[in-house]
Amino acid sequence: MSITPERVAQIAKLARLELDDEKQRLFAGQFEDILKYMDTLNGLDTAGTEPLYSPVEQPTPLREDKAEKRFERDDIVSNAPETDGQFFIVPKIV
Amino acid sequence: MADFEVVIGLEVHAQLKTESKLFCSCSTRFGSEPNENVCEVCSGMPGALPTLNAKAVEFAAKMGLAMNCNVSLGSIFERKNYFYPDSPNGYQISQLDNAICQNGYIEIPVGESTKRVGITRIQLENDAGKSIHSQAENLSYVDFNRTGVPLIEIVSDPDMRSAEQAVSYLKTLHSILLYLDICDGNMEEGSFRCDANVSLRPRGQEEFGTRVELKNMNSFRNVQRGIEYEIARQEDLILDGEEVVQETRLYNAEKNITASMRGKEEAHDYRYFPDPDLIPIKLTEEQVAGWKSELPELPLEKRARFESEFGLPEYDANLLTQDRAIAEYFEAAVGCFNNPKKLSNFMMGQFMRELNERSIAVADVALAPEHFAELVRIVEEGMISTKIGNDVLPELMEKGGSAEAFVKEKGMVQISDSSELESVVDEVIAENPSEAEAYRGGKHKLQSFFVGQVMRKTRGKANPALVNELLQKKL
Ligand SMILES: [Zn+2]
Repeated sequence: MSITPERVAQIAKLARLELDDEKQRLFAGQFEDILKYMDTLNGLDTAGTEPLYSPVEQPTPLREDKAEKRFERDDIVSNAPETDGQFFIVPKIV
Repeated sequence: MADFEVVIGLEVHAQLKTESKLFCSCSTRFGSEPNENVCEVCSGMPGALPTLNAKAVEFAAKMGLAMNCNVSLGSIFERKNYFYPDSPNGYQISQLDNAICQNGYIEIPVGESTKRVGITRIQLENDAGKSIHSQAENLSYVDFNRTGVPLIEIVSDPDMRSAEQAVSYLKTLHSILLYLDICDGNMEEGSFRCDANVSLRPRGQEEFGTRVELKNMNSFRNVQRGIEYEIARQEDLILDGEEVVQETRLYNAEKNITASMRGKEEAHDYRYFPDPDLIPIKLTEEQVAGWKSELPELPLEKRARFESEFGLPEYDANLLTQDRAIAEYFEAAVGCFNNPKKLSNFMMGQFMRELNERSIAVADVALAPEHFAELVRIVEEGMISTKIGNDVLPELMEKGGSAEAFVKEKGMVQISDSSELESVVDEVIAENPSEAEAYRGGKHKLQSFFVGQVMRKTRGKANPALVNELLQKKL
């Protein structure tokens, strides 16, 4: 697969990043290198090997279903870009 | 629709009835003040790590078992990436091919028989928050209380062939969720939501047509109407030689149309990948077997048993088993008075009418099943008439207590004493000489007129069989 600067621009847009032409070319090259490395791995014979989704082997830690209030609302909304003390306020989305 | 076959697959989102959210211990309570049930995890603070709710895993697995799915012993979570302010992480934690439950089926009632609908998978995922948009201020107000509430998304195979089948599937699913007691099933508040994929293909063609995803149908009726509208719209397009565009359309209940969400979908490229913050959910065969043994009798099984064990008609059995609480109430009543059909008549009639009228659930009924059974028994025994039985039921449902004591106290016990009734019958005949004459002249239809008069004088308490007998004797 060949990564073009246009493809980089598309991916950047999905990630809400703005990249100038120079950066798009730079990252296209870097993407290529990474994918080539993956291609090397693709050359290995993995038939009969279970897919590995996590290198951690212990079972999923599970939490008991108990509700707990750990923060006051003020603590939480103080992280908002803008707030009226109740809501996170953001530029209008629809 | 002779030339086309309709193909429908449904995606149902059901909110799980857990106390806390899927990946943090914030409360899932509905109706709290905005952003009261929020922490660093569900508001997407950098570095916050999710810990999985054990109950949500159990509920999802149980739903899978109830729908004949394979429960995966090693399912994984994926990130579905998109930007929207009510999803503060910038992604939703969801599942795809390696979901917790896969490859199941359920039987749904279709007309007189049943149809098998395949279940592709059931995935565990977290819900998004809610936002209010202010046109005037050009701002959106975001509330994260619902963000992170556990959902299961139940994805069906494209096995339904009409809007009726889709609704029947939905109702079956809804009833299973309530039987398992893992979702409150409230469609208006959004704890049970449905999206439908609808397409048409020429009859006999193997390949599917272009599908349209329908959203925003928040009642069974709207699902039916939305799908029907969409089928007609696609049929018109095809017959006019136009193309059906693959898109998402919103159902508008007020206008009863579907309208395109134009453009909003195009940018969607979710770039799923396994969530590195969560290791696979590992389950054991023993855990799954344990959950399976805890499953209650499910609606379809209960319905079959109500028919065979109680000799009820299919119609009754179906109606009585849609809601688990009603079914259990009914069964408890049968245990006290073994006349299932009479109990069923009262239950499906006045009892359910009262539930609907007052918008209450069986849990809100003060009348114990044994006292409901008592009421039906005293009607059967002739102590009160069916009409009086129906008349007193609402008050009994509200206040509870012994039915027999209630009717005795109110003086509603039927007059079955012939000497007492005889004098009333005599009175009525004396007061209506011309009708009596006509009756004797052959107008036997007037019998019901005389019965009515006697009932009026006794305020409905006369035993009808006895009245008829006396009238025939006296006239
Ligand atoms: Zn939280």
